[in-house]
Amino acid sequence: MVLISEGYFSENCWSLLGDGEAWPFEQDVIVPLARVHEGANVLRKGRLGLLLPNTTEVADVVPYFDQVALLAVQFPAFSDGRGFSLARQLRRAGFKKELRAFGPLLPDQYASALACGFNTIEIPDDRALRMPQAQWRAAYQARDVAYQRGYAHAGSILDRRRAAK
Amino acid sequence: MNIAVTPPRSNAPRAAMYYYDTFDRDFVNERVAQFRDQVQRRVSGALTEEEFRPHRLMNGLYLQLHAYMLRIAIPYGTLASNQMRQLAMIADRWDRGYGHFTTRQNLQFNWPKLADVPDILQALAEVEMHAIQTSGNCIRNVTADHFSGAAADEIEDPRPTAELIRQWSTAHPEYCYLPRKFKVAVTGSSNDRAAVLLHDIGLRIVRNEAGEIGYSVIAGGGLGRTPMVGKVVRDFLPREDLLAYLAAILSVYNRYGRRDNKYKARIKILVHETGLEEIKADIEAEFAALDRSGTNADPEEFARIAAYFAPPEFDAAAGTSIFEAEKARNPEFARFASTNLATHKAKGYTIVTVSTKPVGGVPGDVTSAQMRVLADAADLYSSGELRISHEQNVILPHVRLDDVFALWQLLQTAGLATANAGLITDIIACPGMDYCSLATARAIPIAQDISKVFADPERQKLIGKLGIKISGCINACGHHHIAAIGILGLEKSGRESYQITLGGDPTFSASIGERLGPGLEAHEVPQVIEHLVEIYLAERQGDEAFIDTYRRIGQAKFKPALEREVEDGSHL
Repeated sequence: MVLISEGYFSENCWSLLGDGEAWPFEQDVIVPLARVHEGANVLRKGRLGLLLPNTTEVADVVPYFDQVALLAVQFPAFSDGRGFSLARQLRRAGFKKELRAFGPLLPDQYASALACGFNTIEIPDDRALRMPQAQWRAAYQARDVAYQRGYAHAGSILDRRRAAK
Repeated sequence: MNIAVTPPRSNAPRAAMYYYDTFDRDFVNERVAQFRDQVQRRVSGALTEEEFRPHRLMNGLYLQLHAYMLRIAIPYGTLASNQMRQLAMIADRWDRGYGHFTTRQNLQFNWPKLADVPDILQALAEVEMHAIQTSGNCIRNVTADHFSGAAADEIEDPRPTAELIRQWSTAHPEYCYLPRKFKVAVTGSSNDRAAVLLHDIGLRIVRNEAGEIGYSVIAGGGLGRTPMVGKVVRDFLPREDLLAYLAAILSVYNRYGRRDNKYKARIKILVHETGLEEIKADIEAEFAALDRSGTNADPEEFARIAAYFAPPEFDAAAGTSIFEAEKARNPEFARFASTNLATHKAKGYTIVTVSTKPVGGVPGDVTSAQMRVLADAADLYSSGELRISHEQNVILPHVRLDDVFALWQLLQTAGLATANAGLITDIIACPGMDYCSLATARAIPIAQDISKVFADPERQKLIGKLGIKISGCINACGHHHIAAIGILGLEKSGRESYQITLGGDPTFSASIGERLGPGLEAHEVPQVIEHLVEIYLAERQGDEAFIDTYRRIGQAKFKPALEREVEDGSHL
């Protein structure tokens, strides 16, 4: 997987806890939500992140907001937009730390992901090969004003119209 | 690149419709540039066809049976004369000299080349048009009553509402990868011409007891494989809460709509499986939780949009003497006047329906030459404005009654004066197997054959208003479920087979048609339709509409229509 931050392929200090793997002591680790209860018995130094299926109910995650440094929302396919709504709901519920889109997103979806509250995207290696950093960088820089209000994009056309009056 | 823009006539009236400001213009131009880049990345191999697909779909580009098809949005069916001329230019320059008006008030070009599409989109942008979200699993082109702003039975012009939704839904960061496509329709009249009960969301502009204008919100209607009549989820939504409430519905749908089966992914299935009361509670909970004031448009923004739609100035002295005199002199014109005009809100004016369904023609197909005549007709007689109806016809919304005769003569020169609006030959048909890769049977030739059987105008007039709609597969783009007489083309053991449904109704009294019996061979369809009409004529009371006769006497009385003579002389 390749981490994208502000349009750049970036160093990823987080690793995903694989099936059956033990929790690392120092390493920052992203744990599937279904395994978070194991953490109660583990002494750790590294930071904790949670991997959320896109069907997650926000109320099930809110209790962990203080313990985690990162939430990663799974995108099983780029065409499955549930993660965009889940991101919005997590932000609305008060989550202020790093929110990561995890899956095969396209550069063309970068602006939407950021607008919905994601900070970073983590994409599969093969996709990163075909869609190199330049394309993500271009998509990041091309973020523009949009019609909707209340999203984290470059600005709302409706608000700008009002300001221009 | 040099894009030819058809110059407007120097004395052309400016249609009373929305015009882009710099934000709208920049936005559409940016999207054209983005699509040009996406096409290049597809050609270079950076994007696979699977990855390119949602982008081309979101820009209206389909891969059809023989070629690409480009579907251009005509927002809520409103078109200015210069836009119609530009469509004619595109048809000539990049397509095959014609276009096809669809049941969703869009226009389709059937033969564009992929490499030309960015140029076509640029040419559209020059006249403030686009193909954004005419396809894909997103909020589609918003449709509205095609008589908006002209109809006598109107509470309010629905187009400012539709334009606000068009802008809000355009490139929405949260709702472009929904479980399935999402269609919104708006009506502002006491008679429904926008089929609001048969859309994912239908909005009906209503007045509450305090006299305030708001919306009755309907959700979960739709056609396709599982036709359903929508349910009212909110009796009265204050106008200022429109976008927040739509967002609440869309968020619920985006999270909980089914994604395991494409054919069960529309919101109608979610509403049906969840149950009305529970889904209403889900929507209201989301509506209560989201930041309404941060989502809604200001009333000033609505007013800004609405101002564009201020009706043209109507001449209070507009008379009817020429109209009456020409009707008396010319029976052919009188027939046109009796079928193709609708009541206008202004005295001395009328709404003219230009039928795209001549006998034996292809429903919805219009040549570039005809487009130019329509544009001229709009400039000369209808304040520069045209509409596309979901019946695939073209509407001239503001015509003086005393101009109708001259208009009719002009339309005649282009083969556009067919006097059959709403009659049995005003048939809706999807493109069917002649173009569409999903189709299982032909639809256009069936429509042509039926229209030939009922060609006699006197007979059509005797039968009166009667809708026939034909779909070439169960996806139901021809809206057969809501036709008085619906025809569904299927494939059965390698042969086309046509099912007849009766009793569909697209209006506020919406109902889904019921299957009459086993499928028919293509050549048998016109004969069976004739039998159905004979039964209707024998049974109807006074000027009763087909649907009312059907509801009164029931389907059994129509069953004998399926009995027909086969080639060996026996009866089926």
